[in-house]
Amino acid sequence: MIEIDNLQKSFGANQVLNGITMRVDEGEVVCVIGPSGSGKSTLLRCVNGLEGYQGGTVRVAGQQVDRTRPEIRAVRRQVSMVFQRFNLFPHRTALGNIIEAPIFALGEARASAEAHGRALLARVGLAGREGAWPSELSGGQQQRVAIARALAMRPRAVLFDEPTSALDPELVGEVLAVMRDLARDGMTMMVVTHEMSFAREVADRVVFMDAGRVVEAGAAAAVLGAPREPRTQDFLRRVLQPLG
Amino acid sequence: MTLSGFLADAREFLPILAEGVGVTVALTLCALVLATALGVVWALLRTSGNRWLEAPVRWLVNVIRGIPIIVQLFYIYFVLPDLGIDLSAFQAGVIGLGVAYSAYMGEVFRAGILAVDHGTIEAAESLGLSRLRILTRVVLPQAVRIVLPPFGNNLIMLLKDSSQASVITVAEISTQSRLIASSTFKNQEVFTLAALLYLCLSIPLILLVARLEKRFGRR
Ligand SMILES: Nc1ncnc2c1ncn2[C@@H]1O[C@H](COP(=O)(O)OP(=O)(O)OP(=O)(O)O)[C@@H](O)[C@H]1O
Ligand SMILES: [Mg+2]
Repeated sequence: MIEIDNLQKSFGANQVLNGITMRVDEGEVVCVIGPSGSGKSTLLRCVNGLEGYQGGTVRVAGQQVDRTRPEIRAVRRQVSMVFQRFNLFPHRTALGNIIEAPIFALGEARASAEAHGRALLARVGLAGREGAWPSELSGGQQQRVAIARALAMRPRAVLFDEPTSALDPELVGEVLAVMRDLARDGMTMMVVTHEMSFAREVADRVVFMDAGRVVEAGAAAAVLGAPREPRTQDFLRRVLQPLG
Repeated sequence: MTLSGFLADAREFLPILAEGVGVTVALTLCALVLATALGVVWALLRTSGNRWLEAPVRWLVNVIRGIPIIVQLFYIYFVLPDLGIDLSAFQAGVIGLGVAYSAYMGEVFRAGILAVDHGTIEAAESLGLSRLRILTRVVLPQAVRIVLPPFGNNLIMLLKDSSQASVITVAEISTQSRLIASSTFKNQEVFTLAALLYLCLSIPLILLVARLEKRFGRR
């Protein structure tokens, strides 16, 4: 579904992605972990065409991702993105956020977009909150609306960039529960996260990145339970015992 | 000044002052249109990302803001004719007030454009919305909500500053009231009426802006 081959990306002289090769198959959940600044967000943004890149290829459902070509909009409809800071449209209600792109990017009729939107809100546990403004919702609720907004495009894959990092600890669980549910339904997901227990439980595979390279990748149990690379071991030791 | 005496004077002076109200409203609205149009241009140039456009406009705005409106009005009304540009007092008033306020409007619009959360633009891009849809459905609605309250405040200031056009003989409320006062010597009655007329125009605007602030501050 998502194929990344020898991806090279730099900001000026700063080489941020240094030959990334990885793939996410249909129905798979892949978690990407790694220290701050290792290029995880940049990698996701290249997959969605929010950033261009200098070398290698990124393909989604067989189509090349190239933000300079008009077809990029068709590619973006295949992969939706959920952001760390939700990025809801503050001037639209929960339902308004969800139906915006189906109506104005896909040309769906308002009535059917609204019916689908209501069903999605129910799915993320927010039935009845159609008319709520983003500012009236908690962070966890806003992120669940953002997930529903991403699903409204009927994407073939969803990208998550640290979806729980901006949340108060007591709100993390409700968002992870929605994501767990999505994974169970067979959604293809690429998830950048610091939630190691989520990765261990939900991910089919885990990719550990450092300094713009894939250091180690494999089954979640293997990478998280018995990492082979010293850098992975070191990273996991630090995240799992932050005070130690 | 008794109440019945004041009411009798009011009945006598109000028809003349009403003409002044008409001129004040027309002057304010024409200057508002000019200030808004020029302000949009300044704001777009200053956020264009091109420093050859940004630097001159920044200086122009600073110069306009640095000169008192009254001096700008004198300049347009008394100096431009020497250069062969003849304007009526009303035209000079519109241009002077419009140019002066374009500097303030431009700053308000610039702040509004910069205040739109870039994350919402990225979200719209990631959903496959076109550039035009992003501008009309995401950027502008947010910018307008941010800008409306300060825009309204500028409008209230402009309404009051339109009285400065009396120095170049525009027959608005202040000019008319001074004329009546100097011929009747009823200073207290006439200027009380003038103040009341300005309040009748400005208080509704003040309440409207307060409502806009409450409504849009929430979201
Ligand atoms: N728009 C940009 N312009 C210049 N440099 C950037 C830009 N975005 C990211 N970078 C740089 O790219 C590198 C990788 O950033 P990125 O955000 O992808 O890391 P990350 O792994 O997501 O980190 P975090 O865990 O903190 O989110 C960093 O050195 C960062 O400073
Ligand atoms: Mg990041």
